[in-house]
This record gives sequence, C-alpha cells and structure tokens, in this order.
Amino acid sequence: MIEPKTRATRARTLHLNVNGKRVAAKAEPRMLLSDFLRHELGLTGTHVGCEHGVCGCCTILYNGVPIRSCLMLAVQARGSRIVTVEGLANEDGSLHPIQQAFLDCHGLQCGFCTPGFLMATYAFLKEHSALRMTDEEIRVAIAGNLCRCTGYQGIVRAVRQAAQTMKK
Amino acid sequence: MKPAAFAYYEPTTKAEALELLGELRWGAKVLAGGQSLVPMMNMRLAKPEAIIDINRVKELAYIKEAEAGLMIGALTRQRAIERSRVVKKRSPLLAEAILFVGHPPIRSRGSVGGSLAHADPAAELPAVLLALDGWVHATGPSGTRRIPAAELFVGPLLTSLQPDELLTEAWFPFLPPGTGTAFLEVTRRHGDFALVGVAACLTIDQQGICTRAAVALLGAGETQVRSAQAEACLVGYQMDGQAIEAAAAAAMASLEPVGDIHGSPEYRKQVAGVLTRRALGIAWGRARRRSQL
Repeated sequence: MIEPKTRATRARTLHLNVNGKRVAAKAEPRMLLSDFLRHELGLTGTHVGCEHGVCGCCTILYNGVPIRSCLMLAVQARGSRIVTVEGLANEDGSLHPIQQAFLDCHGLQCGFCTPGFLMATYAFLKEHSALRMTDEEIRVAIAGNLCRCTGYQGIVRAVRQAAQTMKK
Repeated sequence: MKPAAFAYYEPTTKAEALELLGELRWGAKVLAGGQSLVPMMNMRLAKPEAIIDINRVKELAYIKEAEAGLMIGALTRQRAIERSRVVKKRSPLLAEAILFVGHPPIRSRGSVGGSLAHADPAAELPAVLLALDGWVHATGPSGTRRIPAAELFVGPLLTSLQPDELLTEAWFPFLPPGTGTAFLEVTRRHGDFALVGVAACLTIDQQGICTRAAVALLGAGETQVRSAQAEACLVGYQMDGQAIEAAAAAAMASLEPVGDIHGSPEYRKQVAGVLTRRALGIAWGRARRRSQL
C-alpha cells in the first residue's frame, strides 16, 4: 500500500554522523543537504555558490566519497557518514596539512570557494600517492571547483605541498 | 534555487519501486544519482509531484561480465565504472568515455541508468551505448522489454521509456577481436557538457579491411546520432588515411547540429568533422595493434 501523499511530503527526523559526531535534525524532503548542514546543523563552513552543481563550493565527503551537497536531498543522507570542512582542523584548532598548505601557498584570497577546494583535495589525497602525481592530475582532480581570485596556480602548489606533508 | 515541494518515496526493492511507479506514473520522477534531476529541480525547470528515490535499491547496482557484453545495473555509479578493472579490460570505449562525465564529485553520485534515461543530447554514455549497438532493459507492469540504443533516444531529454517503466539495466556488448575504439570531445571548460563529441569503433580483418565501423556523435543533433554515411565510407574498404578523411567529411555533411550561445551550427559541424577524423585515426591505430598487423 502506497503511503498517502500528505504523509510523504512531511518533514522527518534524520539521524546521521557528521564529522564523527552523531546528530539528529528534522528536514522536509525538499531540503537540500547543503541547506541542512548550514541551517539545521549550523555548519556554515559548507558554502553554497551556484546551487546547481557547477561551482563545487559545497563539496563534502559522503560515506567517504566527494559529492556536491547541493545536488543531494538531506533525507537521502539518513544514516550516512559525512565529513565537512569543519571536520578537517584538529580539536585544538591547529590546521590540517591541507589547510596549512593553502595558507602557505597563497591558495586562497576571498575564501568563498576554499571549503570546496579543501574537501575536493582531501578526497583526492586519500586515494592518490604524492610521489607519482603530475600537475595535470592535480588540475583534473580540482577541475570541478571554481575559484575567481587565485588563478589556480597557488592552489595547485598547495595540493602538491599538502600531498608531500601528509606523506611524511 | 530550492526545489518545489514533492512527496518522497524511498523503496528498497525493485518490486517496490515498480509498484510506486505504476501508481504515480506521470506525476513521479525516478531519482537515481540526481546530478541532472536535482539541478533541474533547484532551478524549478522540473517540479515533480513525487520523487521515487531508488538509491536504496541495492539490487540495481552491479557490473557483471556475460558472454556477449557487460551488464550494468542502472544504479551503478559512474565512479564504479571508472574504477572497474573489468570495464577497463572488456569495454575500453566505456572506460575512456566515463572520464569525460562531469568531475569526480559528480561521478561519485551519477549513475549509468540515470545518464541514459535523462537522454541529454550532449551526454557521453548514450553515445557509447549507441556506438556499441547496446541496449537497455526496462521493466513495467507487463514485464521486461529490451530497448536497443537506437530506439531509446527519441529527442532532447526524451526516451521511449513509458511512464510506468523503470530502466533497470544497460548492456554494453563486447566487440570482436581486431577492434579499436576511441572517445573524444570538445568542451568550453573541463567537465562541461560537450559542444561536440564522438565515440568511434573500427574493426579490421587480417587483410586490414574494415568489417565494422561505428561513428556516434553527441552534441550534434536532437539526440546522439550514428552517422550511417560515415560508416558507409569505411565498412568493406581497405583502411587507410583516405578512408578516414572520407568518413570524416561524410560525418560532417550528415549532421544538422543546433546552435546555441556556446557554438553555432557551422562551428559544431566543423568540430564534428575534425573529431571524427582524429577518433577514427586513434581507433584504427588501436585496432592494428590489437590484430598485430
């Protein structure tokens, strides 16, 4: 028997794991995961640029893989493990090697796109060895993220530096 | 930039998904990876009354090697195709084309079935299916039917799937020994939808005569198209640079691309000719290496 439409439209409570912590909050089916993270959980580090999957600002890790959080409904994330940019820095506030590299290499200016770049880089470095990494591979890995300030040179340098520090 | 309200259904089995689809029909959209549907909903170009989210229907995600080809479940992620050894080994054209689909975060979610059912005329996977003479399986209330790629894509964002049918599986046939394939496209920016692209397959016999050719173009018409004219310049002929030139010219002449802000019809036609020539050249080289000529 199919659930009546009025019930299927209603908000529901979602339980999920965000940055290693168990959380629960309500969401209507039409709420995007990006808005759920920002408005319901208060994690405003995930930025919302274009809201149609082009700019990459809202990139997060969903069950270990990078995704656009503006292209997923919050209800779909029920029971999942999510890592946002807030999950990168250590408890004591010291920066993650990727964040440090972006700081060192002038990988950001206005900072709007930075959370997306950090998460895309994080996902990329989880899967790739720093030793055999070409500039081309780095550029392909971050091609889904747009930055209007840096000209990308600093970002590519930052990804390479992060790869080297994380290897140590 | 927020979707309009909809009723949300989350089946966990294929049977349940089909029951929902049968009941809700036109009012419902099937949500797989959501990499095309959700942007359209965000921009309210699509306002479905109901969403049938098949992401928890695990039985629809698989890559199986059969005798005739690869059977790929509709919910198989593009990322899984990209990382699959069996795809790389048995269907090099699919393996090559998948890297042109969006970016890594898009491919983490985007599905094979979604790409085919969405039928964007500039998408890569429909062209691959068409070039390989593949087909899909669609299940509805009266059972499962097989739809050849040539009959699946009807118009821009339009397929021959019925409203109560679910695309469940795609078949990417293997090509005979002595085959080389290539995929190329031109985009404004990395990962964008292609202005024009081409999937090319060439099979040659021991004497170097072409026995099968496929030239499938994307972004060059209302749907992905096979250029029969280009293929006619190849099949039955001794393969050489001249045959490829003739095929590229024929492909160019056979197209009626639509122009938009990113490229005029003339420009797209020109690019289609150039890409066809290059792709056939690469495919021919690969075919020769494979047949040791």
